[in-house]
Amino acid sequence: MTIEFGNPDRPNSYIGKTVPRPNAGRLVQGRGRYVDDIVLPRMVHVAFVRSPFAHARITGIDAGEAKSVKGVLRVFTGKDIAEVCTPWVAVLAHLKGLKSPPEYPIAVDRACWVGEPVAAVVATSRAAAEDGSALIDVDYDPLPVVTDMMSALDADTPVLHEDMGDNLAFRRLHEAGDVEAAFKSAHKVVSTRFRTARHTGVTLEPRSILADWNPAEGQLTAYHATQAPHMIQTVLAEHLGVPEGRVRVICGDVGGSYGIKVHVYPDEVATAAIAKIMARPVKFVADRLESFTTDIHARDHEIEARIAVEEDGSITAMDVDDWTAIGAYSVYPRTSAIEGNQVVNLCGGPYDFKNYRAQTTVVFQNKTPTCQYRAVGHPIAVAITEGLVDQAAAELGMDPVEIRRRNMFRDDAYPVTSPANMRFEALSHHASMNKLMDLMDYDGLRAEQAELRKSGIHRGIGIASFIELTNPSPFMYGIGGARISAQDGCTVRMDPDGSLVALSGVTEQGQGTEAMLSQIVAEGVGVSPDKVRVITGDTQVTPYGGGTWASRGAGIGGEAALQSARALRESILTVAAAMLQTEQSRLDIRDGQVVDTATGESRMPLEEIGRIVYFRGDTLPKGLPRELVQTRHFITSDYPFAFTNGVQASYLEVDIETGVVKLLKHWCVEDCGRIINPQLVDEQIRGGIVQGVGGALFEEIHYDGDGQLLNGSMADYLVPMAAEMPDMVVGHVETPTKESLLGAKGAGEAGTAGAPAAVMNAINDALRPRGAQITEMPFTPERILRALGVLKD
Amino acid sequence: MKASVGGYARASDLRHALELLSGSGGLGRILAGGQSLIAAMNMRLSAGDLLVDISRVSELSGVSDAGDRLLIGALTRHVEIGGNPLIRQHAPLLSQAVQYIAHAAIRNRGTIGGALAHADPAAEFPACILALGATLHIEGLNGRRDVAAEDFFRDVFETAIGEGEILTGISVPKAEAKETQVIEEVARRSGDYALAGLCLVKRPAGHRVALFSVGPRPLLARAAMTALDKGDVEGAAQALRDDMDPPSDTQASSAYRQHLAQVLLRRAAARIEGANA
Repeated sequence: MTIEFGNPDRPNSYIGKTVPRPNAGRLVQGRGRYVDDIVLPRMVHVAFVRSPFAHARITGIDAGEAKSVKGVLRVFTGKDIAEVCTPWVAVLAHLKGLKSPPEYPIAVDRACWVGEPVAAVVATSRAAAEDGSALIDVDYDPLPVVTDMMSALDADTPVLHEDMGDNLAFRRLHEAGDVEAAFKSAHKVVSTRFRTARHTGVTLEPRSILADWNPAEGQLTAYHATQAPHMIQTVLAEHLGVPEGRVRVICGDVGGSYGIKVHVYPDEVATAAIAKIMARPVKFVADRLESFTTDIHARDHEIEARIAVEEDGSITAMDVDDWTAIGAYSVYPRTSAIEGNQVVNLCGGPYDFKNYRAQTTVVFQNKTPTCQYRAVGHPIAVAITEGLVDQAAAELGMDPVEIRRRNMFRDDAYPVTSPANMRFEALSHHASMNKLMDLMDYDGLRAEQAELRKSGIHRGIGIASFIELTNPSPFMYGIGGARISAQDGCTVRMDPDGSLVALSGVTEQGQGTEAMLSQIVAEGVGVSPDKVRVITGDTQVTPYGGGTWASRGAGIGGEAALQSARALRESILTVAAAMLQTEQSRLDIRDGQVVDTATGESRMPLEEIGRIVYFRGDTLPKGLPRELVQTRHFITSDYPFAFTNGVQASYLEVDIETGVVKLLKHWCVEDCGRIINPQLVDEQIRGGIVQGVGGALFEEIHYDGDGQLLNGSMADYLVPMAAEMPDMVVGHVETPTKESLLGAKGAGEAGTAGAPAAVMNAINDALRPRGAQITEMPFTPERILRALGVLKD
Repeated sequence: MKASVGGYARASDLRHALELLSGSGGLGRILAGGQSLIAAMNMRLSAGDLLVDISRVSELSGVSDAGDRLLIGALTRHVEIGGNPLIRQHAPLLSQAVQYIAHAAIRNRGTIGGALAHADPAAEFPACILALGATLHIEGLNGRRDVAAEDFFRDVFETAIGEGEILTGISVPKAEAKETQVIEEVARRSGDYALAGLCLVKRPAGHRVALFSVGPRPLLARAAMTALDKGDVEGAAQALRDDMDPPSDTQASSAYRQHLAQVLLRRAAARIEGANA
């Protein structure tokens, strides 16, 4: 079974083409169905009373006044919910030493961050529930807070969770080769302190759940904006004491996720628990302030790192000391140790060197919990690596492109294992860099930069090579004990009219999963994509699967779709061969017709096969298989993760009087393996770059020393907007993975992984003639002026 | 969050609006374009208000020529200010300022009277009318009074508008023959409130410099104006330090705001120089 992907003229050649998105018209016409659009009979709304203190004992809750508000039906405390819902502990066995205390849906006797739920008010409208919430009188006894990351483990810092003994959640040291010796004998050593700010994902649609307990059926149905419906099914079943088969999670349209919606949130579980207690549908939709205070945060890291290089630019060693503070709890069930772990796994990723040491230290603090967000750990690791490489090049007087070319794994070196023990099947760093140089006219830009510098215009060019982890095997979560599927499945069915229905375990978040699946199924069977209806996001309907995260939708879900489509094609041809009294091998399906393979001559439309199979099965030979529904599953097995690679470049101008950075242009050449839909891939890259630029220039969650969040609105937490975004040029190198027939690796996070480093390097390239360097993100105008020495106090 | 509104009434004319306001027991709040008020209500920063909607009071909208002045109705929307030929000719500072104000959707609904009455210290229009030396017209059931821009802004979100009064419009002196007006600001993103901003008006009688986003209200930089009158741009930039004591917040420190104001002054002066060259 092969598909001639290299031949664009092959029949049904939808894989690799930009085809219209089947759900675009519906969404654009406002016909989407998000959780908040769903209204059920007897539905009520819940609002949460949230802790105004970063750390406080809850000594009393008086709900008397709240209960008298018109429309308020009931008030729940942490104790009430704990009676029907068990707490969770977010650890994974393979992350040795990771610890976290039990976390309850609503704080029982102690609140550990500003925004943690301490009570829930249920009412006939959200407004009434909020009116009631405002009248709940909670007595708090404030406790000492831990907010600073770097002093969290100091002896005189209070311990946040007494039972844990200290504030250390997780620490991992990885060492390869002889790092100390390499640094001692190095020609040059460059060391730098990096900082990445606390971010959050800012999805257009906030977190939403509508939970409905039907006591007559003993079934809980949760309409949920999530990336992982089956994982949520397991979690709700386990903690609410309902058999897994009696929990149904339905995930309709989702307005963006970026990793924010792949976690278990206390308020969402509390909503389900309340539905079970009240035996009626309960809706919770986070508002924007709740999004900022309770969606997971991410990327709050401080890093000391150094690199050793020889005179010719070859890298001999890297040493990384990464610290991150994850808030008050490790987040369930993926844990909050993964991001730091990824930094250890990914630093130095593109480069062939031997001596590598990296340690991550993960500490607790009284802030919103952090967890996996788009390109988990990548932007940090790429910034560290590419920042150091650029500084080494500057120290050596070497061009930044040249030093990368001297160190990147050769394109014919694969398979190789990196010093971080990551196994790479096949990457294309050099081909990607060559393509980038052509696309951006690197030499021409350098000349322009030098010319403008004479007239006091400070422009910079920044390069960032990167690797991106995709398609995780069970090595990511399953081996640690989490019931998160690395496998995914697809069922493809032909109906009497010859149209197809595909049911997939991966989900649509607005990024185009259903378009991708429809064109794979269309090509796999031999129909046009408009004949394929795709259904995702219903745990009682689709095959069991992991959902959408770690850029796995196309690589895992797409391959399952292709395999099931090809299987259905064979089933259809078996029937067709019997009907046409010919050999199956002489028939093909093209554009919805059974055709003669050799001549292309149409023999029969699929509708005719549908008519015979479903209504006149009596005319077919007895015992002839007529299975027009096929299911296949796919899981990777040769490598723990697929890796993609690429290189980005940023061209920008720094106003050295105001510190303002103007992005002029951005390039990305990436290798995501087989491209299924070029436009969707390009827009994933662009969107990812925008999110990466956000981290580089704008996004930063601020807390004060008491753990109070200072910027919980779209006016104060700055996300990148269209006006500031440069034109982006996206190019591709295609190295399909051999693990699957499809060969797709994943494209969802490459843009975010590399953009911050490219922008950082470009700013530093612009500032270098003035002797300034900046490595603390976001690179605000003020920080740039301080780096320049213009502002001193 | 969901807004918690005490009540709503739509005024048919100014008199009706003033009556509604006076009958509101101190809870009345004027709703014009709603671009700041509705956001505040949706965050429950303001709750229980009795909204008096004046958006249909047509007598309060529009720009007219009043001899040596322009009369701008309080309900004139930002987008209308930006496109109005009288304003472009006689008060170009206001036309220039519009491009910095938020985004198109907000400019389509937001009103100049709302912006002035709201008195956000980071907003453009308050500083503009201060630089222009405009007069604000305020009306209550007891009659009408005029307040000079210098006396109008009191503190963060606080103005000279009294209980039961409505800002009905402003009078802006027409630019003189040799007058130049420029506005400069630095914001993190297009449409954001400025980290610091500056309006510079050069008249035959002297310079006027108004700063915004550097204090609790827009302020006239008198020391800098004096230096500019002497032709000393650098002295004016240095003098700005005496004219302001900016706050620090998550977006910018006091020192950075001071620095920006100086950069903006130099740039504005250079632009005026260029315009007159």
